[in-house]
Amino acid sequence: MLGDYSLGDLGAIFAMQGFAGLILFSVYLLMALGLAIIFGQMGVINMAHGEFMILGAYVTYLCSTFCQTYLPALFPIYFFIAMGLAFLASGALGMLVEWGLIRFLYKRPLDTLLATWGLSLILQQAYRSIFGAREVGVELPSWLIGSVQVTDTIEIPINGLFVMAVTILITVCVALLIFRSRFGQQVRAVMSNRAMAGAVGIDTEKVDRYTFGLGCGIAGIAGSAFTMIGSTGPTSGQLYIVDTFLIVVFGGAASLLGTIASAFSISQTQSTLEFFLSGSMAKVITLLAVVGILMLRPQGLFTLKVRR
Amino acid sequence: MADDTETGADHGLRSPLRRRLLMGLAGAPALALMPRKAWAAPPTAAVNTTGLAVTDTEVTVGILHSITGTMAISETGAQEAEKLAIQQINDAGGVLGRKIKIIQEDGASDWPTFAEKAKKLLVNDHCAAVMGCWTSASRKAVLPVFEQYNGLLYYPTFYEGLEQSKNVFYTGQEATQQILAGLDWVHKEKGGDSFYFIGSDYIWPRTSNKIARKHVENVLKGKVVGEEYFPLGHTQFNSVINKIKLTKPKVIFADVVGGSNVAFYKQLKAAGIDLSKQVLMTISVTEDEIDGIGGENIAGAYACMKYFQSIDNENNKAFVAAFKKMWGEKTVIGDVTQAAYLGPFLWKMACEKAGSFDVDKVVAASPGIEFKGAPEGYVKIDENHHLWSKTRVGKAKTDGQFEIVYTSPELIKPDPFPKGYQ
Amino acid sequence: MTNPVQTLTKSVTVNDNPFMKPVEWLSLFLLAGVILVVLPLMLDGFRLNLVGKYLTYAFVALGLVICWGYAGILSLGQGVFFGLGGYGMAMYLKLEASSIENTKIQSTPGIPDFMDWNQITALPWFWQPFKSLPLTIVLAVAVPVLFAMLISFAMFKRRVGGTYFAIITQAIAAILTILIVGQQGYTGGINGITDLRTLHGWDIRTDSAKFILYFVNGGLLIACILAAQYVKKSKLGRILVAMRDKEDRVRFSGYSVAGFKVFAFCFAAGLAAIGGAMFTLQVGFMSPSFVGIVPSIEMVIYAAVGGRLSLFGAVWGTLLVNWAKTSFSESFPDLWLFGLGALFIAVVLAFPNGLAGIWREHIEPRLTRRAKSLQAPEPAIVPPHGAPAE
Repeated sequence: MLGDYSLGDLGAIFAMQGFAGLILFSVYLLMALGLAIIFGQMGVINMAHGEFMILGAYVTYLCSTFCQTYLPALFPIYFFIAMGLAFLASGALGMLVEWGLIRFLYKRPLDTLLATWGLSLILQQAYRSIFGAREVGVELPSWLIGSVQVTDTIEIPINGLFVMAVTILITVCVALLIFRSRFGQQVRAVMSNRAMAGAVGIDTEKVDRYTFGLGCGIAGIAGSAFTMIGSTGPTSGQLYIVDTFLIVVFGGAASLLGTIASAFSISQTQSTLEFFLSGSMAKVITLLAVVGILMLRPQGLFTLKVRR
Repeated sequence: MADDTETGADHGLRSPLRRRLLMGLAGAPALALMPRKAWAAPPTAAVNTTGLAVTDTEVTVGILHSITGTMAISETGAQEAEKLAIQQINDAGGVLGRKIKIIQEDGASDWPTFAEKAKKLLVNDHCAAVMGCWTSASRKAVLPVFEQYNGLLYYPTFYEGLEQSKNVFYTGQEATQQILAGLDWVHKEKGGDSFYFIGSDYIWPRTSNKIARKHVENVLKGKVVGEEYFPLGHTQFNSVINKIKLTKPKVIFADVVGGSNVAFYKQLKAAGIDLSKQVLMTISVTEDEIDGIGGENIAGAYACMKYFQSIDNENNKAFVAAFKKMWGEKTVIGDVTQAAYLGPFLWKMACEKAGSFDVDKVVAASPGIEFKGAPEGYVKIDENHHLWSKTRVGKAKTDGQFEIVYTSPELIKPDPFPKGYQ
Repeated sequence: MTNPVQTLTKSVTVNDNPFMKPVEWLSLFLLAGVILVVLPLMLDGFRLNLVGKYLTYAFVALGLVICWGYAGILSLGQGVFFGLGGYGMAMYLKLEASSIENTKIQSTPGIPDFMDWNQITALPWFWQPFKSLPLTIVLAVAVPVLFAMLISFAMFKRRVGGTYFAIITQAIAAILTILIVGQQGYTGGINGITDLRTLHGWDIRTDSAKFILYFVNGGLLIACILAAQYVKKSKLGRILVAMRDKEDRVRFSGYSVAGFKVFAFCFAAGLAAIGGAMFTLQVGFMSPSFVGIVPSIEMVIYAAVGGRLSLFGAVWGTLLVNWAKTSFSESFPDLWLFGLGALFIAVVLAFPNGLAGIWREHIEPRLTRRAKSLQAPEPAIVPPHGAPAE
């Protein structure tokens, strides 16, 4: 299929295709980061992760309508405010859920799956009752629309670049928070040995609550960013859940680096395959490859050396 | 079964008594003072010989759409239009002197649930007719139920054709009716000779694209440079957009549905494909979808439908006003919503023509029924249970509405089994 | 907080216990009585058919009790096996419904209608065996079991742990759904295989056929309960429990842990497949929506609501959840998801052992006391029940 095109064309396509892969990588990483904290660090199987993302998306929607009606001056930069609010809203809801539900279930990780599944049903219905069953459209400030013309033939979508920037920023923040801050030290201590962490005076309950809240808050940011490239409706969250879990598991659950590596390899595989095959088959082959590798290497790409 | 005989006996007992009462009254001079409707209603035993849920004052009709799940996004409008139509019919006196009572069930975007609820509406509630279903899959799931229990379904969505059932009336367009006129238009007006097909991976887009491909290759003598399908709910289209850039088709022909739609158009716009230069024709985006996509992301695209909210005629103005009054100023009306609105009226006219609610009689009376008050203009029911209708091409505007750029001159005959396109 | 699961494993630790204790016989008769006598007398044809449909899910829940409750393997992909079993049966029924006579308007008569719509002109090879009923019955169960073996053998050999296994099975469910939907010429796509009419010439759409199928289904379910009870009570069952609680010790004692796990998973897959086949027969079509993730998780919830360690509980749980779902959604079509979600959360928080837990903690002791079965108090030594995940 490539024979008929000039070299310049091909180069441009490969460059754009490379960026397409990178954008997909950012999307996947952003989706998976929150879950990597909740599932990877805490062992909680949060099936409502997608719904926390959509909460962020709805917050963005509200923000955009509010700014349009009352504060048109703020509209060009509302997206940053929206992301902050999305983080706070999803994080607060996350902490509430941890307090009311998850903290009773730390000893039964598989039960968290069932409880959060119930939660996701409730949240979906709540969104439907509040915002209506139809999808809502989030209007973007004009500077986020369109693409950057790199050369005559190479164009890079701006919102893709924006998602990439957000992803890098969040990833760096999370890494600093987990590996360089006192809070992160406590999180890691609690996750590796809860009883011992408690014994040395760490308030484990508080750490749990903030960790869960942090994971959900990041989901909220992801949802907010995705309003630029995807749909916002009561059930949109479900679209992401399988991919997200697979990325985290493939990376090796407890490893942040693993999550990054796995998001990268899955997104590149899928993006390349999509170019040469039809969309459905690309998806099937990517998932099959992931499952196949997990069968051979069940601990994922990267793993902490823990004695089981 | 026990239920059926019981209600039958019930009617048998009640009706002669009622008839005697009416006859007694007939002589009374007071009759002239009574409102006309009160006695115009024919006796229940005469209009209902098959044990449907019909009383002297009420007739039960089912509404079966997804209120929850992924399809609720699309099906909400259809369901709202059906309720509006039924309310209007009731305000005007009902059907055969009886008010319509609605029983609503939730198909929950799950095909087996649709089958279960359809059976409930027919077997348990004895609905005289059911307005419902949206996806082809849900229709296929309920079809055997309607055929077995001899129910009546009014199905509002544009769909792939290849089906014709005694028990179903299709108020949307079948694929050839919807697509061919649009393709001809894009070929003639926009010089479309190379096409790129992109769709969601299920039967409707695949069949529609198959028909479109035959038409492009055999009739328009153009070529199809690509054909792609993505799983329902897919949200990443950057790779295929690159492929489109590489193959440079004259026309992108899109039948992506649901949440994928939003992602597709947003990413298309972001990738710098300017729809005012690149011709894109879609058969799956109505005003409803634009609400989620955002008008600025899709402005310039052409959609091929039988109805747009912006159609300029008296019927449509009244319909749009009534719809907004009932469901809010901000709601928009898409093709399927309008088709759903037709269902209750077509059923009412058939019942009145047949003088009965009995499914067999209603079915027999239906072909040839003309509905001049349809928002889309005049429609009529064909022998094959589909509607004759016009096809229109609309150009999407930033405000979420379509500017109609082409209307087929004549009503197009529905042809669910098109020769040469299979 | 004491672990409430502890009380449930009691029966397993007693060595010389009979096949079923008196209370268990009582539960069995109660269940059989309700399914085979009370419900058919109480309900009309439509509702009875609905119960029949629910009971097909109970097969899956039963399998999950063995595989999740006893062996500690949580599978989020049981829908795959349910679906494969159902598709097997549906393929046979579809071929029978697509006789040359019935399909003469097609361009290729004698093949299923959806193949004709997709320009397929000959029956694909993997459809061929489903022309014969005996072969279909064998394949409808054998294919899912073999598939389960394939998946699980590779994974358990490499000691894939609880949550990982759950996520992988979930991914497999996703893959299979996309594949079935994408290959619509061979599988019927998203519409599934619809419009099934006769089983070996017997019209399964009539009310009398549905009535008979209900009893066949109920009988099969009781048989499967007994089979599962046999597995649970045999030495095998005890090894499964031992494995769940201390996998390494069992391995060091010389048992092949992987082999037993594979068995438990395949057993559950087989039960799910029977359920799927019965579903197709009673409902009259099969759809890819069963293969997906949502139904797979729902099926786990049935087992959880019933009590993951109780075979009878699983059946009651299935009935309860589905009844709740149907009646909530009929009375409050706009709000029923709230009720359903709340039910799941309540079960997990308040009744971690589900209905069976309530029964064993509150009702069974009273029964035993009343029956005065004169047994010495059972030793209360119980293996600590860790989270099934580890």
